[in-house]
Amino acid sequence: MQLARVIGTVVATVKNDSLEGRKLLVVQSLNARLEPQGAPLVALDAIGAGTGDLVMWCRGKEASFPFRREDTPTDCTIIAIVDSEAHVTGRGR
Amino acid sequence: MLPEGVARQRMILARVIGNVVATQKNERYANARVMLCQPVSLEGEEIGATIIALDSVDSGVGDTVLIVQEGWGASTAATKEPGAAIDSAIVGVVDYIDLLAAEDKGVRS
Repeated sequence: MQLARVIGTVVATVKNDSLEGRKLLVVQSLNARLEPQGAPLVALDAIGAGTGDLVMWCRGKEASFPFRREDTPTDCTIIAIVDSEAHVTGRGR
Repeated sequence: MLPEGVARQRMILARVIGNVVATQKNERYANARVMLCQPVSLEGEEIGATIIALDSVDSGVGDTVLIVQEGWGASTAATKEPGAAIDSAIVGVVDYIDLLAAEDKGVRS
C-alpha cells in the first residue's frame, strides 16, 4: 500500500461490465513528506474518494477484494481516505 | 505496472517512520494500525519508495521491521483472516542482522 493524492479522474464509456458505475481516479503516490514519488497511476475507487483527497491504495490481486473479486479487473484500488495531512506523522523526519 | 521504486520482493526490511489515520476506510481495516514505512537495505540505508503496511506485532516508530508483501499472509497477519484488501503487513520487529564482513560476501553464493 502507499499514500497518494487523487489528482484527476478517468472517464471510460466502454469498459468491462463489472466496472460499470465504478470511479476511476488518477493518483500520484507520495512519500512521508507528502512529496510525489514515482509516476501517477489509475486506481479504482472503493471508498468514495474524490479529486484532491489524500488516500491509501492497495495493489495486486488484493485490490479486487473490496468488490466481486472473481470478476473485477483491477490491480490498484483506493481503500481509505486519510483524515488530513496532519494525520500523517513522520513527515519532518 | 508498479510505480518506480516500489519494492517487488515479497518480504522486505523497512524502518517504521510514522503512522496514518484514516476514519473512512475499507471495513476490514477497522482497528488496524496503519504504519508508514521506509524500506531499507541490509546495511540500513533507505531504498525505494515509502510504503504503508498494517501492523501485527506492536511495532513503533524507529523500529526496523520485516514486512510481508503477499496478500494472503499480510491479510492473515493483520486481521486474523485472509481475503482483505491488504497487500503489506509488518510481521516482525528485527532485533539485529548478522552479516558476513564485506570481504567475505559471495563466498557461499
